[in-house]
Amino acid sequence: MCLGIPGQIVAITDEARQMAMADVSGVRREVSLAPVALGPLEDLVGEWVLIHVGFAMAVIDAHEAAETLEALRGLGEAQETLEQMAEGAKALEDQ
Amino acid sequence: MKDTIMPLRDQRVTLAHGGGGKAMRDLIESVFTSVFNPPGMEDQARLMDARLQEPGARLAFTTDSFVVTPVEFPGGDIGKIAVCGTVNDLAVGGAKPLWLSASFIIEEGCEVALLRRLVASMAREAAKAGVRIVTGDTKVVNRGACDTVYITTAGVGVIPPGRDLDARSIRPGDVAIVNHVLGDHGAAILAARGDLMLSTDLESDCQSLGHLMEALIAAAPGTKAARDATRGGLASTLNEMAEAAGCSVELDEIALPLRPEVKGVCEILGLDPLYLANEGTLVVFVPEAEAQAALAAMRAMPEGQGACIIGRAVPKAHVPVTLRTAFGGTRIVDMLVGEQLPRIC
Amino acid sequence: MRYVEEFRDPKAAKILIAAIARVADQIGATREKPVHIMEICGGHTHAIFRYGLDKLVHEGIEFIHGPGCPVCVLPMSRVDDCVTIAERPGVIFTTFGDAMRVPGTRKSLIQAKAEGADIRMVYSPLDALELARRNPGREVVFFGLGFETTTPSTALSIQQAAREGLTNFSVFCNHITVPEPIKALLDDPHMVLDGFVGPGHVSMVIGVHPYDFIAKDYGKPIVVAGFEPIDLLQSVLMVLEQIRDGKAEVQNQYARVVPEHGNPISLAAIADVYERRPRFAWRGLGEIDASGLRIREKYLAWDAETKFGIGYAASPDDEPEGCECAAVMTGRMKPTACPQFGRGCKPETPLGALMVSSEGACAAYWTYGGSRVAAE
Repeated sequence: MCLGIPGQIVAITDEARQMAMADVSGVRREVSLAPVALGPLEDLVGEWVLIHVGFAMAVIDAHEAAETLEALRGLGEAQETLEQMAEGAKALEDQ
Repeated sequence: MKDTIMPLRDQRVTLAHGGGGKAMRDLIESVFTSVFNPPGMEDQARLMDARLQEPGARLAFTTDSFVVTPVEFPGGDIGKIAVCGTVNDLAVGGAKPLWLSASFIIEEGCEVALLRRLVASMAREAAKAGVRIVTGDTKVVNRGACDTVYITTAGVGVIPPGRDLDARSIRPGDVAIVNHVLGDHGAAILAARGDLMLSTDLESDCQSLGHLMEALIAAAPGTKAARDATRGGLASTLNEMAEAAGCSVELDEIALPLRPEVKGVCEILGLDPLYLANEGTLVVFVPEAEAQAALAAMRAMPEGQGACIIGRAVPKAHVPVTLRTAFGGTRIVDMLVGEQLPRIC
Repeated sequence: MRYVEEFRDPKAAKILIAAIARVADQIGATREKPVHIMEICGGHTHAIFRYGLDKLVHEGIEFIHGPGCPVCVLPMSRVDDCVTIAERPGVIFTTFGDAMRVPGTRKSLIQAKAEGADIRMVYSPLDALELARRNPGREVVFFGLGFETTTPSTALSIQQAAREGLTNFSVFCNHITVPEPIKALLDDPHMVLDGFVGPGHVSMVIGVHPYDFIAKDYGKPIVVAGFEPIDLLQSVLMVLEQIRDGKAEVQNQYARVVPEHGNPISLAAIADVYERRPRFAWRGLGEIDASGLRIREKYLAWDAETKFGIGYAASPDDEPEGCECAAVMTGRMKPTACPQFGRGCKPETPLGALMVSSEGACAAYWTYGGSRVAAE
């Protein structure tokens, strides 16, 4: 359940109510920053957040995202090595 | 025999304008007939066209009712849609659209200025599409009995001798082409309605497709069948075509043309763009040998600049339409059940 | 980075699918003796079918579709309560679109709307708050529905209403929690599960520790996962690796969104506004202890149950005859094996919970063709 989508905070619209404008692929919608308002709201402008039912529920951690993708790249390289080894073994067998 | 047209003083339509008397005549003449300029003022249009006399030519006849909230939206209005929708129903059947009727159900209190804008928009689109609005009707209903204005148009066109577009002629191997990105109208209307508080730069794709169809058929004479992917979106249209054809259709997810904003609206609301309505987007099946000619002809027209191949007809499988995902997985693309509702989960 | 396309990369998917196949072979998983992995969350079920992942991964992996679809597990009697409230004069009843078509014993909200009730679909409880501000003479009720992901949004809305003194706003609370039904599933003697893909967005609120019991007490691996296809595939791989290595841990694949300890502001709002009900009924699963929330006494002015005199009552006779949702939800039966599937029970006329929402396992099978494509 729980449709959540990444969007970027582009402006604070109502400081008192902790509201901000978020951009999702060029579509804009006002969202509440209440769940992620640990510091000054202004600091959140430019951040990517995970939006659910009109609330920014989490600030997306760019570093963690990069690490996840990096792990995949590592897996891809390992796989290539495995494939090369398999090919090498096959070539030896064929001889 | 025309009386001098009196400028209508009323700012809003009242029940008096539907009463059959002088107020009604003033409204009709001032707002409608002075712009549409129909041939004669009888209750019927009396029409001649040489193309109808050609041996083997067939008359095409269609009707559609238009109900849109809001009545004016980015990229169009209910008047423009009322012309495009009926023109397109004729065009995708291979007919050259000629004449339209236009009937208006008007809510008491509707602004006369709005009606004038809608009528001007219809006249503009009709001129562009090469059709004439030759007859019509107005009724006024109590406030609340309709939403601002509803328009029904009927259209007559002529199918030239020897032309026979029919979904039943689609065969495995034929390619499916669309002329435009998908879902612009549905997404633009959802945003324009305002209750979901989304703002976008999206505009409806609302446009007439008659000239595009003529150019397409000239370049690809083997064109099998076309439909405009209106309500229910591309998915529902393709299901209907596949069922009629007796074969299945396989779509290629990577090839589906979608604007980022349409994807954005769909991600936010949990909707599938394949089910969003279009008002100026058609899907056409042509033999593979003619696909490139068809694409080139479509891309040469403003209505077809986004033309691309989205999939092909395949031998009849268990379901009419499937989609090959970017990873090579397959999923069913079913008919829409009910209407698509925004969802959170 | 936009955090979407990167996680839909077909090349990365290929690598993961190959890695999954390798580990599945190492475990000895086969079509006849598959590894059973439950994706708890309906969003995952939806993504699996939408991207056709079930047919791309090794045949020795069988996805069991969990109870994580709040619309699916909502008892029919609660829909009846919604209709009762919505039909009260002066009420504007607001709901997420998801709940509109869910059948009650008498009718659905969409039917009640057609009969004249003022029912409006909203995207956010904030929109319901705005309706209350604009319609001071009307009672605006929001249908609070969903797991821990959605609960903070209604809690924060109630707090906001309290701050503004907005007394014509209330929430009909049907919020439920994830860990309790998982425990109930694990306690089921028919349970066949080997591991779990954990709900990413629930976890961004509650963190990963509420699942510790799954690993510690039941010895099953769980990997909290994101919702893009790459996220899901990577999580399945992580579950398989744990099984292969004889481990049972709580791992977090979705660390870009899920902090270990969740979201402190959201958790505080939930704790401030809500308390646990002794038990709550789930369609297909029956009553589960402490699995539902209700509004605390200090916010009763915003509690629709109090305002409209609606009580909670279990309704054991909820399930329609012949419906096998419970067996499907516990992994004992495939949706297609249910005698009602595609016959008495279709998306246009749902009989059981799992056909109700597009996230339900049966609806996903029907819509995206688990059975119909597999039958080719």
